[in-house]
Amino acid sequence: MIGVDTLTAILVSMIVAATPLIYAGIGELVVEKSGVLNLGVEGMMLVGAVAGFAVAATTGSAFLAIPVAMMAGAAMALVFGVLTLTLLANQVATGLALTIFGIGLSSLIGKGYVGTPLDRLPRLDLPVLSDIPLIGPVLFGHDALVYLSVATVAAVGWFLSRTRPGLVLRAIGDNHDAAHAIGYPVIAVRYAAVAFGGAMSGLGGAYLSLAYSPMWAENMSAGRGWIALALVVFATWRPGRLLAGAYLFGGVTIAQLHVQGAGIAVPAQVMSMLPYLATIVVLVIISRDAARIRLNAPACLGKVFQADA
Amino acid sequence: MSPRLEPRGEPSRLLTWLSPVIAVAATLVAGAVLFALLGFDPARALWLFFITPVSTVYGLTELGVKATPLCLIAVGLALGFRANVWNIGAEGQLTLGAVAAGGLALAFWGDGGFWLLPLMVIGGAVGGMVWGAIPALLRTRFNANEILVSLMLTYVATLILSYLVHGPWKDPDGFAFPESRMFEDSARLPDLVPGSRLHIGALFALAAVAGAWVLIGRTLVGFELKVVGTAPQAARYAGFSHNRMIWLTFLITGALAGIAGMAEVSGPIGLLQPQISPGYGFTAIIVAFLGRLHPGGILLASLLLALSYLGGEAVQIGMGLPLAATGVFQGMLLFFLLASDILITHRVRLGRRPAAAPAAPRAAAPEAGE
Repeated sequence: MIGVDTLTAILVSMIVAATPLIYAGIGELVVEKSGVLNLGVEGMMLVGAVAGFAVAATTGSAFLAIPVAMMAGAAMALVFGVLTLTLLANQVATGLALTIFGIGLSSLIGKGYVGTPLDRLPRLDLPVLSDIPLIGPVLFGHDALVYLSVATVAAVGWFLSRTRPGLVLRAIGDNHDAAHAIGYPVIAVRYAAVAFGGAMSGLGGAYLSLAYSPMWAENMSAGRGWIALALVVFATWRPGRLLAGAYLFGGVTIAQLHVQGAGIAVPAQVMSMLPYLATIVVLVIISRDAARIRLNAPACLGKVFQADA
Repeated sequence: MSPRLEPRGEPSRLLTWLSPVIAVAATLVAGAVLFALLGFDPARALWLFFITPVSTVYGLTELGVKATPLCLIAVGLALGFRANVWNIGAEGQLTLGAVAAGGLALAFWGDGGFWLLPLMVIGGAVGGMVWGAIPALLRTRFNANEILVSLMLTYVATLILSYLVHGPWKDPDGFAFPESRMFEDSARLPDLVPGSRLHIGALFALAAVAGAWVLIGRTLVGFELKVVGTAPQAARYAGFSHNRMIWLTFLITGALAGIAGMAEVSGPIGLLQPQISPGYGFTAIIVAFLGRLHPGGILLASLLLALSYLGGEAVQIGMGLPLAATGVFQGMLLFFLLASDILITHRVRLGRRPAAAPAAPRAAAPEAGE
C-alpha cells in the first residue's frame, strides 16, 4: 500500500515535471495551429533555460529571469521565422538547425554557470488550504509558474476557439492560400505565432533551470522539447488534451524515481527509457487512426507559403 | 526602393552549388563576430579553428577519422531526404551498430580470427538496420511520425549502451570505469596511415559514396526516390510506393550508420564506452544538406564538418572556449545555407516591381508528415 505521504509526493512531483512540457507544448500547439512546424523546441528550451538561469544567478531576481528567458526563446524563434517565413526555407531542416544551434549556444553561454547554486523559485503556500492533507500540497503548494501554466492553457484554448484572431490563426493554418485571398496577413500571423511558441519554450526551459532542478547543466532538457512536440500530436492539437497528456508524461517521468526508491530491482537505465518509450507508444496509438490525424492536424502544417509575386 | 525577392523561372543550377560556398563565407564572418563578442581576437580564433587543425599530416588524418562516420551517415540520410523521409535518429542507429559489433568483439574475445572483422561489419550493419526498421515499421504500419520516433529511439539506444557498459559488459578488471574490455587486435580495424588513427573505415565511406552515386544516377530506385520526394502525386500515378521508399531509406541509412558505429568502436576507440559519438548522427544532417543531397557534395561537406570538430577541440585547448563552439558553428552553417538557398529559386531585385511579373512557380513544399 502507498501511504498518503508517498502519494502526495508522487502527485506533487508529477505536476512539477509536467510544467515545462505544458509550456513548451502549448507554445508549439499555437505554432502548429498556424500551419508552421517548428522542430527547434529543444533548442529554444535550452536557450531559455540558460538565459533564465544566468539572469537569476547574477541578479538574484526570478521576476527578471523569467521575461528574459521568454525573450531569449522568442529571439531564437524569430531566427526560425525569418528563415522559413521570409526566406521560404524547409521547416523541418530549419527546426533541426535551431536545435543544434540552441544546444551549442546554451552550452557556450552556460559554461561559467555550471555548478552555480541557485535558490528554487519560491512556492506560494496558501495558508490553511495548503495544510489540507493530500489536496493541500498537490493543489495549493506550488510556485506561481505552475498555476500560470494551467492558466495559459485555458487562455490559449479560449483564444483559439472563442476569439476572432484565434479563428483567423486557425484558418491560416488550415488553408493559407484561401486565408491570403480573403486578405488575412498570413506571414504576420505566423510570425506572431512562432514568436509566442518561442517565448513559451523559453519559459518551459526556465522552469527547468529555476524550479525543476535549480541549476544549469549542458543539455539539461534531455529531450523534453521533442516530447513536447509529440505531446501536441498526442493532444490532436487540442489544449485541454495537451494538459492531460503533460501530466501523464510527468507521471511517467517521476515514476522511475519512485520505483527505484521502492527498491524494485530494475536497472536505472531501463527506468530512464520510460518517458521515451512512452512517447513512442503514445504516438503509435494516436497516429494509427490516420483519419483522426488528418481531421485534426492543421492542413497546411509544414507547407511553405508564398504570396504571388 | 527596398530589395525584394523575385521568383526565377527555373531553379539556378549555378546557385545550387554556390549557395554552400556563400553559407561557409557567411559562417566565417558570423564566427569572427561571435569570437569578438566573447572577447577573443577573431583572426587568431578563426586561424586556430580552421587552419591549425589541418596544418599537419596527423591533423589531416584526424580529419579523415572524423569525416568517415559523417560521410557514411550523410550518404544514407540524403537518400531519405530526397524522398522526404526524415530519419533524424541516425545517432541511435550508430549507437546500436556499435553495440552489436562491440558485442561480437567481446563474445569472441580471446578466440578471434580473420573472420571476426567482417562479422562485426555485418553485425554493425544489422544492428543499425534493426534500429532503423522500428521507425520505418511504425511509420508505414501505424502512421507514427518518423522524426519523433527515430529521435526518441536515439535516447533509448544511448541508455542501452550505458546499461551494458555499466553492467554485464563492463571490464571485469576495469576498476570503476564504465567501459568494456579493450578489443583484441583481431577485432580492430587496421590503420590506413601508420602512426595515425585513420583506419580502413574511411574506405567504407568512399565505397558508400560510390554506391549511392550509382544508385541515384543510374538506377530506377534513385529515380523513384526523387519522384516520391518532389512530386508525390506523380509518384502515386506511376505506382511508386512511398512506403517502400521509407523502408528502403531507413534500412540503408540504418546499415550505414551501424557500420559507422562499428568503425568507431573498432577503429579509434577500441572498446565500448558510454559515449561513442559526439553527435555524428545529427551533424550528418547538416552534411547531407551542405552536400546538396549528392554523394560527391557530401564527401566534401563531411570534410568541412569534420574540421568543425577539430576546430572546436583546437579553440578549447588553445583559448579555453567550450567544446560547444562546434555546435554553434554547425548550427550557424545550416542557418546560412538554408537562407542562401532562397537564391536558387529567387533573385534579389532592387527597385519597384515590373508591371507584368512572370507567373510565380510555387516552391516545392516538402511535407513534414505529422
